[in-house]
Amino acid sequence: MQRVLPGFGLTLGLTLLYWSLIVFLPVAALVVRAAGIPWEQIVRTMTDPRVLAALGLSFGGAALAAGLDTMFGLLVAWALVRYRFPGRRLLDAMIDLPFALPTAVSGIALTSLYGPNGWIGRWLEPLGIHVAYSRLGVVIALMFIGLPFVVRTLQPALEDLDPELEEAAASLGAGRWATWQRVILPTLRPALLTGFTLAFARAVGEYGTIVFISGNLPMKTEIAPFLIVVKLEQYDYAGAAAIAVVMLAVALLVLTAIHRLQTSYSFLRG
Amino acid sequence: MAAAVVSKSHTDFRGRTSARCLTEPWPIRLTLILGTVLFLGLFLVLPLAAVFGQALAKGWGAYWSALREPDTLSSIWLTLLTTAICVPIGTVFGLTAAWCLGKFDFRGRKLFLAMLDLPLSVSPVVAGLMFILVFGQHGWLGGWLEAHGVRIIFGVPGVVLVTLFVTAPYVARELIPLMHAQGTEAEEAAQVLGASGWQTFWRVTLPQVKWGLLYGIILCNARAMGEFGAVSVVSGHIRGKTNTMPLQVEILYNEYDFVGAFATASVLAGLALVTLVLKTILEHKAAHEMALAQASGPETAEIGTSEQTSAVYGDPASRPMRG
Repeated sequence: MQRVLPGFGLTLGLTLLYWSLIVFLPVAALVVRAAGIPWEQIVRTMTDPRVLAALGLSFGGAALAAGLDTMFGLLVAWALVRYRFPGRRLLDAMIDLPFALPTAVSGIALTSLYGPNGWIGRWLEPLGIHVAYSRLGVVIALMFIGLPFVVRTLQPALEDLDPELEEAAASLGAGRWATWQRVILPTLRPALLTGFTLAFARAVGEYGTIVFISGNLPMKTEIAPFLIVVKLEQYDYAGAAAIAVVMLAVALLVLTAIHRLQTSYSFLRG
Repeated sequence: MAAAVVSKSHTDFRGRTSARCLTEPWPIRLTLILGTVLFLGLFLVLPLAAVFGQALAKGWGAYWSALREPDTLSSIWLTLLTTAICVPIGTVFGLTAAWCLGKFDFRGRKLFLAMLDLPLSVSPVVAGLMFILVFGQHGWLGGWLEAHGVRIIFGVPGVVLVTLFVTAPYVARELIPLMHAQGTEAEEAAQVLGASGWQTFWRVTLPQVKWGLLYGIILCNARAMGEFGAVSVVSGHIRGKTNTMPLQVEILYNEYDFVGAFATASVLAGLALVTLVLKTILEHKAAHEMALAQASGPETAEIGTSEQTSAVYGDPASRPMRG
């Protein structure tokens, strides 16, 4: 592109200055700090059973929640795109609620809802299902914040499905189930994978929604971001930086994966 | 160009939904619709209702007096202050980023585009930690700042700085695909006709992207008001001084002052509902802007670059708030 327009140098300079100060400088501080920690101390921190349990819950819980979100998200996106029913537009607008609601608010709302005396909890407690202050609660809260990512990824993919494909399948004698299984689902696979990854990425680092419902019991319901806060409160900056740099590395990996997925995805969509 | 084709087949599809071969038998349809309504009702609507239900559990009198607590009022004030600082700054630098990344092509552009989502991918707690490592007592600049009597961590400046971090991408990621799709022809014409750089921006570019810009500002505003994890790490939780509304919610909740916590939370939930309404209105207008841009934009001239951008940003997957 020829630079006929003015302002390139000015805007690029201002943008780079701002991003260097607000984003890149803090990221560099973390990386440098983590690089300065003696190797044995990193090994000691990362093999501490409490740290391993927290990382395991953050990653395992995020993967499980993203998987469940993908299933429920497919149902929701399908119904919202393909069917017309009263209240559809309202529900469609509500999908973004977990994104718009501050995490502390959703955290206390879910905790009061699923607590022993909550509107949902009081029906589950007699059945022996404890949601609040358990790993189940962590997964439900992670599902709550991840759902919009899956639904909002699937909706445009469903809208873009070429009806001729389904017509062709039907005219060749395929039943609705066969068409769904062999034509629709494979076409949606990239969108399902992208939605899963986005929900997972959001859930891994989540803090506000979880701290209330999990009860933060060491080795049981403690998540990795909470452990960073604990280490900070103990002025263990090296330990906090060690966990944080692992989470930063995962965030970068997931970011690359999403980038790759979307490149291949838009390639598939033409 | 591609968008026009897609939307055409779209109408075809809508027109033919009655065709039996293209939909499910009615019992399955009904089950799927009921399943969706039930799931969303339990999963999304009920938590929202719980906020207002708990806030009013002891009546309106208790609700109002909880909101008039001095510490709660000061947290509302700090949240408004933080938002009033962060949203304009985020908007201005979102616009500069969109101008250089959306209207120009240069070496390193793709790398910068890929980095743009970094603040949204990092855990909020990790973001807070990063700022402690820069501005904290033992941080890179902390000692020097302390010697000059400036306190950033455990103070309002820290709260503002982390909020700037977490809100940095919102305006830019809405505008870049839009401005890139629009190309530079209109601006070039304005230049040829003798408009200055500012005139070109105010009279040609800005009117073409105004809804997309507003959309980005709404998202930036929602995040600025609601950020919890990052702010919680750097604020120090000093009552009446460095607590924003989400932090005040946490403190009241942990003290078993449920009416107070949910009353404060209900204000934030009300703001979230306003955000959702504005978003629903704006996204249609922003989508229309995008469709206009794609219809008139330079797609044919430089298919390569525009495809690369859509790979990063044009895809709805990278923006959860767009329907």
